[in-house]
Formats: sequence, structure tokens, C-alpha cells
Amino acid sequence: MDGIDEITPADFVALLRLVSQRIAAEQEWLSELDRAIGDGDHGSSMARGWQAALDAIDALPEPLSFSAVCGAAARGFVNSAGGATGPLYATILMRGGAAVKDREVLDLGALVSFFEAAGRGIRERGKGEAGDKTMLDAWLPAVETLNAARTDRKKLADALGEAAEAAEKGAEATRHMAARLGRASRLGARSQGHIDPGAASAALLFRAFSQGVSEV
Amino acid sequence: MTKKLINDAGTVIDEMLAGIVAAHPRHVRLLDHSPRSLIAAGAPRPGKVGIVVGGGSGHEPGFLGYVGRGMADGAAVGNPFASPGPDPIVAATKAVHGGAGVLYVIGNYSGDVMNFEMAAELAELESIMTRTVVVTDDVASAPISDAARRRGVAGAVFVFKAAGAAADMGRDLSGVAQAAELANASVRTMGVALEPCSLPATLKHNFTLSAGELELGIGIHGEPGVERGPMRPADAVADAILDRVLAELDPAAGSDVAVLVNGMGGTPLMELYIIARHVLDRLSRRNLSIHRCLVGNFLTALEMAGCSISVIKLNDELKVLLDYPAEPVLFRNF
Repeated sequence: MDGIDEITPADFVALLRLVSQRIAAEQEWLSELDRAIGDGDHGSSMARGWQAALDAIDALPEPLSFSAVCGAAARGFVNSAGGATGPLYATILMRGGAAVKDREVLDLGALVSFFEAAGRGIRERGKGEAGDKTMLDAWLPAVETLNAARTDRKKLADALGEAAEAAEKGAEATRHMAARLGRASRLGARSQGHIDPGAASAALLFRAFSQGVSEV
Repeated sequence: MTKKLINDAGTVIDEMLAGIVAAHPRHVRLLDHSPRSLIAAGAPRPGKVGIVVGGGSGHEPGFLGYVGRGMADGAAVGNPFASPGPDPIVAATKAVHGGAGVLYVIGNYSGDVMNFEMAAELAELESIMTRTVVVTDDVASAPISDAARRRGVAGAVFVFKAAGAAADMGRDLSGVAQAAELANASVRTMGVALEPCSLPATLKHNFTLSAGELELGIGIHGEPGVERGPMRPADAVADAILDRVLAELDPAAGSDVAVLVNGMGGTPLMELYIIARHVLDRLSRRNLSIHRCLVGNFLTALEMAGCSISVIKLNDELKVLLDYPAEPVLFRNF
């Protein structure tokens, strides 16, 4: 499965649309995860946020640029999703977009920059770290894997496939952590035994990216 | 599935806001360009520090119900139990800015903290100075050594009151923030749930309590609390809460306090007054002077059955701020 080597802004929009579709399809599962340790709305917030992000993108004039796409998506997302997810994904899109704003196409190196900058943004905005049982526990392993794949000069599709696996493993690993941030942290030890919904949805994002670049 | 008096889950908030504005048109308005920003009539008041509160809906009369002269000038209204995004906060900020800066008073929830932080950054880009006071009165959610991580619950009412009064009395942004911080530092709260609540979008209870159980240490979002225990009579429940609250506050004999017995939404007033009777009795036996007692629904969690008890230690400054007149929109019936 070869896939594409470079991502144009139009390809990027298609990938974000795929993310939105995957999130919408899994929103009941995500909300179910959230019901165990939060208030049960992670799925609907994420679905709403991504839909608004895509609506904002679809309203953009041609020609598309990464910064215009990310800026519109961020604004659409944050004012529609609300809660904690809004600012986190807005920051991902804004910081990621800023990291690649001068590019016309994204290769693996650029994608690494995007996801790394996004990861830094998540830490700064959410004030979290690995092991807190948050989305970072899926995001950071994915970025590390992507970076290693770039060093090994792997193809884009393979790199994203490995990153998606790392994100999924990271999300599964949150099952045994006790939450240290956000609503779930109020539960203390009772948050253990449940996968963090933020980590689960982050893993879905990486898997959607992986599928998107492979299906060309 | 639970039953609610709604039309469609997607329109609950817009319909609620339309109802509030229709019922109290001389007190509040919505911004045309920002329909989740509720603004007090008379705002902005030139020279006065503006006060913007906000957070998720589902806590009515909190937070938007405290918009009114002497309390908040504006509120940004999120979806049920979810923080509003930055846009309605920024719109409210601009609408209440009287040239003396704007104070945000919010509960300590990561969504609210992050969205108000983003709004403060955006407001700064437009040369509006803001400060933020985060309410952290819930003793159950973190130990005193980690007090900054505590949830903001019903004690927020006293913080809104202090801030609103200070602003009305002409203090500057720093002075208003200080008044709010003083109230926050002086109040402690703990809550209990007997029955869970359900969101309009799901119509499902977000946790279960069996017939013989209650949940101590709940917050205002219906998220599970920190300690589950057996059902017990009202006085025993009040004791469990007061033991924690008074152990920390340790008010000196002869000093002044105010009390808030807050319904979580699904508990009858009859029960809140039964609780209040015991609370006031215990406080009197400690030789505390009850300056004010508030009983009712002040910061709810949809239809959750339960209550919280807040006690605030009052010095002379806080007494003045508490006594200062206020006209919050959802307390305007007669």
C-alpha cells in the first residue's frame, strides 16, 4: 500500500473530513467512555466540533492554504465544541497550522512539525503531561513514532500507520492510569479501569490520517 | 430514559435564553451578534469594572441568573455542562467594558479555565484588560494542600456577590479581584447526591445510585463524587458535610458567618429547610453569629437530587459586600 508522498491543502482538507467522519461514526462509543469517568458528552462535543470545523473550511475561498484551513477549522471547532475539547483542538490546529504555514505541500517532515507543534500546544493549554491519563497519552507516542519513521526515511503511509498504532496502544494504556487532570481526576482511583475518552478520540484522528493517505 | 420538558435537545439552550429574555426584558438582553452572551440592562456602565461570569448551562439559576445590577454584568452561556467557547465570552467582555477593565469569575473546571484564558488573550489583543478569579470552594475535590485544584461549587454565589458589590462601589479592577479572592478564600462547601441527573442530549443518568446509597463530594456537573456511602437521615448528612467544612474553616466563637444551603435541582425546598435547621443549630451551638442564610436552588445540576452546604467566614469587609444591594435577574419575582 503505497499511498501519497505529499499532502496538498486539498488533501489535508480531505484528511480532516475523514477525521470528522470517523469521530461522528464513533461518537456513541466516545460518549460511553466519557460516561464512565466524566459527564458523557465527549463524543457529541467532538462530533459537533469537527462538523463546525469542516463547515468553516468549506466556506473558505480558493485557493486554500494550510494556515487558512487550520485557522478556520480552529475557530469553528472551539466555538462549537465548548468544554475542554474546544480549546485543546483549537490549539492543535492553530499551533500545527502555524508550524507549516509557509509550506505548499506537506511531506513527512512537515507532518512531524505539525503534530509536534500541536503536542506542545496541548501541553501548554491543558497543562498536562504524559501519564496524566489524557489525550497526550495517545498523542505523544504517535509523534515519537512519526519522528522515528522520518529518521528511518519511511513512506508517509507507513509512518502514519505506525503512528496510529502507537496512538491506539497509548490510548489502551490509559485504562490502568488514575486520572490526574480534568473532570475524571475528581474520581481518584475510581477512574482506573476505563480508557480516557480524549486519548481514544486522538487515536481515531491518527488512524483516520493513516487511512486517508493510504487510500490514494 | 428520563423525561424532560424540552422540545429538541439541540435547541434547549437557545429556547431557555429566549424564555429568560422574554420573561425579564427590562433586566437582560442577548447580544444580536452573539446569542450566547446575556447582558444586564444598563451595561456597560462607564468607569465601573465589568464582571463576566459563565460556564456551562444546566446550573440555573447559576451562572446567568446572577446577571444584574450589583452582581454580574454579563454571562457567557455554554451548552449543558460544557464551557462556552471564547467567542461569547469575548462578545460579553466587549459589551460590558466600561473602560475600567473586566473581571472574569468562573468555576475551577478545565474547560472554563481554558476558554476564559483564550478569551482573555483575545480581549488583550483589543486592549481590554481582564483579570480572572477561579472559584475553588469544594473541600471534597482535593486536600487543603492542593486547594488550587478544588472545584468551584455553590460558594461561587458569595464570590459573585463580593465582586459585584466591589465593582458597584467603584473599586478598580485590582480591588474588585481582591474582593472576589477574599470571598473565595473564606468559603468552603461540600455536596451530596441522592439521585443522578441526565443531559438533554442523552436522557440517560450519567451515574447510578442504588436505593440505599448516596454520593458525598459531588460537584455540579453530575460527574460521580469521591465517596459513596449508605443513605442516612438528613441531620446525619448535614453533619457529614459540616464536619469537613467546619474542620477546615474553624470559625472562632463569636465570629460572623453566612450559610448557603443549596439544592442541586431535584430536591424539594422542604428538605433543604430541614437541612438548614440542623446546620443553623450546629453553628449557633458553636457561638457563631449567622449574618445571612440562603436556602434554595442557587447552583444546580439539572435534576440531580441532593444539596450542598457552604459556610463563609465574614470579616467587616465581606459583611458590607454581602449586604450591598443586588438585583440578579433570576431572583426578581416580586
